[in-house]
Amino acid sequence: MGTVIGIWIAAGLTLCIYSFLYKDNPFYKFAEHLFVGVSAGYTIAITWHKVVTRLIWSPMKDDGNFAVLIPAAIGLLMFSRFIPKYRWLIRWPMGFMIGVGAGAAIPRTMQSLIFEQAGATLQPFTTINSIVITIGVLCTLIYFFFSVEHKGPVGVVSKVGTFFLMVSFGAAFGYTIMARISLLIGRVYFLLHDWLHIAQ
Amino acid sequence: MIVQFFVPHPPFTNMYNVLLDWTIIIGIFALVIGLSSLIKLHYTRIVRKTPDLPYSIVVFVGMVGMALVGLIRGVDEGTWFEWLFTNVQVPMQATMFSLLAFFIASAAYRAFRARTVDATLMLVTAVLIMFARVPIGRFLWEGIMPDSVVQWWANPPGDIADWLLNVPSMAARRAILLGVSLGAIATALKIILGIERSYMGAGE
Amino acid sequence: MRIPEKLANLDRRYIFILIALTVIMPLLLPIGMPITETSEVKSVYDYIEELPPESTILIALDYDPAALAELDPMALALLRHAFAKKIKVVGMTLWVTGTTLGDITMRKAADGIAQEGEDYVYLGFVPGAANVIMRMGEDISAIFPKDYSGRPLEEIPMMNSIKNYKDIALVVDLAAGSTPEAWVVYAGTKYDQTIAVGCTAVSAVGYYPFLNSKQIIGLIGGMKGAAEYESMTGNRGTATAGMDSQSIAHIAIILLIIIANVSYFAMRKNGEENH
Repeated sequence: MGTVIGIWIAAGLTLCIYSFLYKDNPFYKFAEHLFVGVSAGYTIAITWHKVVTRLIWSPMKDDGNFAVLIPAAIGLLMFSRFIPKYRWLIRWPMGFMIGVGAGAAIPRTMQSLIFEQAGATLQPFTTINSIVITIGVLCTLIYFFFSVEHKGPVGVVSKVGTFFLMVSFGAAFGYTIMARISLLIGRVYFLLHDWLHIAQ
Repeated sequence: MIVQFFVPHPPFTNMYNVLLDWTIIIGIFALVIGLSSLIKLHYTRIVRKTPDLPYSIVVFVGMVGMALVGLIRGVDEGTWFEWLFTNVQVPMQATMFSLLAFFIASAAYRAFRARTVDATLMLVTAVLIMFARVPIGRFLWEGIMPDSVVQWWANPPGDIADWLLNVPSMAARRAILLGVSLGAIATALKIILGIERSYMGAGE
Repeated sequence: MRIPEKLANLDRRYIFILIALTVIMPLLLPIGMPITETSEVKSVYDYIEELPPESTILIALDYDPAALAELDPMALALLRHAFAKKIKVVGMTLWVTGTTLGDITMRKAADGIAQEGEDYVYLGFVPGAANVIMRMGEDISAIFPKDYSGRPLEEIPMMNSIKNYKDIALVVDLAAGSTPEAWVVYAGTKYDQTIAVGCTAVSAVGYYPFLNSKQIIGLIGGMKGAAEYESMTGNRGTATAGMDSQSIAHIAIILLIIIANVSYFAMRKNGEENH
């Protein structure tokens, strides 16, 4: 019974949101705001049960590991943004997180996103594809180099880069349409199969 | 963190683990901070009695209701929380994003014009990808063309789309990736050296 | 008003109705067009197919309900393939809004064919994305001390032999966002972890550089990729069911674009003739 009621509620909310396609209306606004509220409530409950209790409360209670209070105290400083006089304290947790992130990123990004990618580009010209790839990467990189005016030979090369970019954006647009239609198919399938039972 | 990459041995590995554990715990509080803006916005609407007041009440009812159900009754399998998630949040979130299908079709109809050589190239690629990357591309080719042609080349739309994705499009994406990565490394270096301090608040 | 002008000023709600019909009709009256395999999806299938039984793979269910239609069929097909091959699966997510969804999906895939704790475990969510990926490279239990249901990892039989990436044959990141890049950078490069990516069609184009440089072994893009995987494993699911609608909707949009451009050029020509 709970499943049937749930499906009807889900279908009703789905149709409320689709009513926006005709025009903005109170049903759509209600569903939109309900979604915002429920999502926020979901984050609160999941963060408490599956993160805070696991990573902060449990280590203290079950393992006697009170060292977790140190990062917890630093994290609590994030709430200082609500007290104007002590707002500057938020720099500590932010600085810590960004420092760790920046330090971790530099060598790893350099190795995997620059050296590996450059290495994959600079391959022997054994096939036409390898020639096209090398030309494409170099021309597109030159297109993005705005310190030199795009005139003469640089202009020609950056124009070639533009063509490669247009192919890429066209592919992305085609795939974007595919993605959006897929999401619509998912919802319509739910309405026709799970709710109305008229689709296979 | 940089040193540990080159010296993956104790004590640097121990320090690496501690730093990561601390960062993850600090990150928990960042999750909740994001909600404060939402609460402030809708609270202001209620206090000022704006025309959207009833909807802001809906936001609070939804938020408090879902949070209380989860906090009190738990979030695991078979709970009210999971039921609300499956029958309220999932359908609404999925439907909200599926609206984009209609708007992208409308936008493609209204704005996608072959005005220049560049736009034509982009349009032709998009149309080819849309045609070839779904079953109908090959289906129509095999249905329209004589068997001898199909035996000679089984799936030209698919093969051309594969080539476009794996060669020219990939080359452009790689160039973008290289540029973005160099920028990210430069920004990370500026942060470490104290040149970039905007994350601490502008001008402070 | 002449026809080109009428077409240019067409009320968008007619387009909405057309798109709705192109999606609804094939679901009610299926055509059954065969699904063509692509090499990037086949390479993921082949890799899992060739793994010996009792190997372990990690599936990161990094998506939320917004990407459900594209990534859930992918997750179900991959999980069922792994369970059929007696491959153990460790599930987790880097997205807070994907936490409950990941649990539901894993239970749905395992229903009747796999046992929690013996064949699979779902670890749940921890915030931090890149930090979590890096930490798992040293010790998974340090960051996931318990599974999603609250059971300590040391009490779960299959986790006794799994400490970090060295014990994981493949990481498959099913991503609605940019987490595949983080997996490649922080797990693939540093810990030499083999990675495959399943993603929404929107992001798929951006991961071809990683496929070309062999930093990922395969790429499953969008609902079409999910349908291909379902076809390879012999499990007809929602992705396969949606392919007819996908095809017809694409043809409709292509025709709309052609009509729009024809009317545009007709209007431009009329404008030039009038001058």
